[in-house]
Amino acid sequence: MSKNVGIVIVSHSLDIAKGTADMVRNMVGTAIPLAFCGGNPDGGLGTSIEKILAAIDEAWSERGVAILVDLGGAETNSEMAVEMLPENRRGKVKVCNAPIVEGAVMAATEAWGGASLDEVKRTAEELSPQ
Amino acid sequence: MQIDSSKLLETMAQAVFANAEELTELDSAIGDADHGLNMTRGFQAVLADRDNILSKPLPGAVNAMGYTLVMKIGGASGPLYGTLFMTLGKELPDCPSTSDLGRSLLVAGEAVSSRGKAEIGNKTMLDVLLPVAAHIASGTATINSVRRLAAECAKSTVPMKALRGRASYLGERSIGHMDPGARSCEILIDAVCDVLAGKQ
Repeated sequence: MSKNVGIVIVSHSLDIAKGTADMVRNMVGTAIPLAFCGGNPDGGLGTSIEKILAAIDEAWSERGVAILVDLGGAETNSEMAVEMLPENRRGKVKVCNAPIVEGAVMAATEAWGGASLDEVKRTAEELSPQ
Repeated sequence: MQIDSSKLLETMAQAVFANAEELTELDSAIGDADHGLNMTRGFQAVLADRDNILSKPLPGAVNAMGYTLVMKIGGASGPLYGTLFMTLGKELPDCPSTSDLGRSLLVAGEAVSSRGKAEIGNKTMLDVLLPVAAHIASGTATINSVRRLAAECAKSTVPMKALRGRASYLGERSIGHMDPGARSCEILIDAVCDVLAGKQ
């Protein structure tokens, strides 16, 4: 089990999710748990709660998991996925309000240093206009 | 009132299928052109899961339907309609009165509002859902007045500027188009009215 916060990348496009994950790996290697998903249940552009739940599971860390999303539906579906988690996990997963690529790289770098979930989220969100 | 869950599910699904093209067309004007496709995928999944859904009494069936929509729609409308039906499932008694229906819809409308971080006037499904819920809760509603209000409210989104969802990126350019979510909400309300009127 990782001592670092995990990162999940949720995009409408699997290509963007995978590309973003590649950039994160490029920065932090395998130092943090990382998973990504993209596409609706049919594989078209969109997001899928089942895939998001599987990605959270894959990137699970007892330190918590930060989710980076692109547009509206990715955020709404991620929030719904978090609510569907078992109670002992629900409080340890947070959706970040940050640009997906920059946010994921910043969050992962912060997580790599052993930061808490709140610190990881805050760092990613520094990129968003308040 | 007795609501036949099987008819309810079938009628809503058929209404979505029959109007899917229009929903996608509305969504192509101010969104990402997938609302009809997403709603169709969701209701196809509901039909595929009908034996499981219909094995439960009305509230459980409505809740299970919401869960299927959440899992299968794949767009923002999944969690939004999912939250609507799942909340209704939690609120409705087995055999709801009109006032139960109005109260449950109001609670569900609030849940959708907080899920989507939107409110009335933002050019969303809430512009249909919330006034219709309030109208039914007022105790003066008839099936026809509900249908009329839903249609008027969907139409009222045409001059609105979108403040939530993909259409909000268009700013002023979202004005002049009906919101696809408001229209799908009208279509579903109309389908429920068909069931209550014994039309289907």
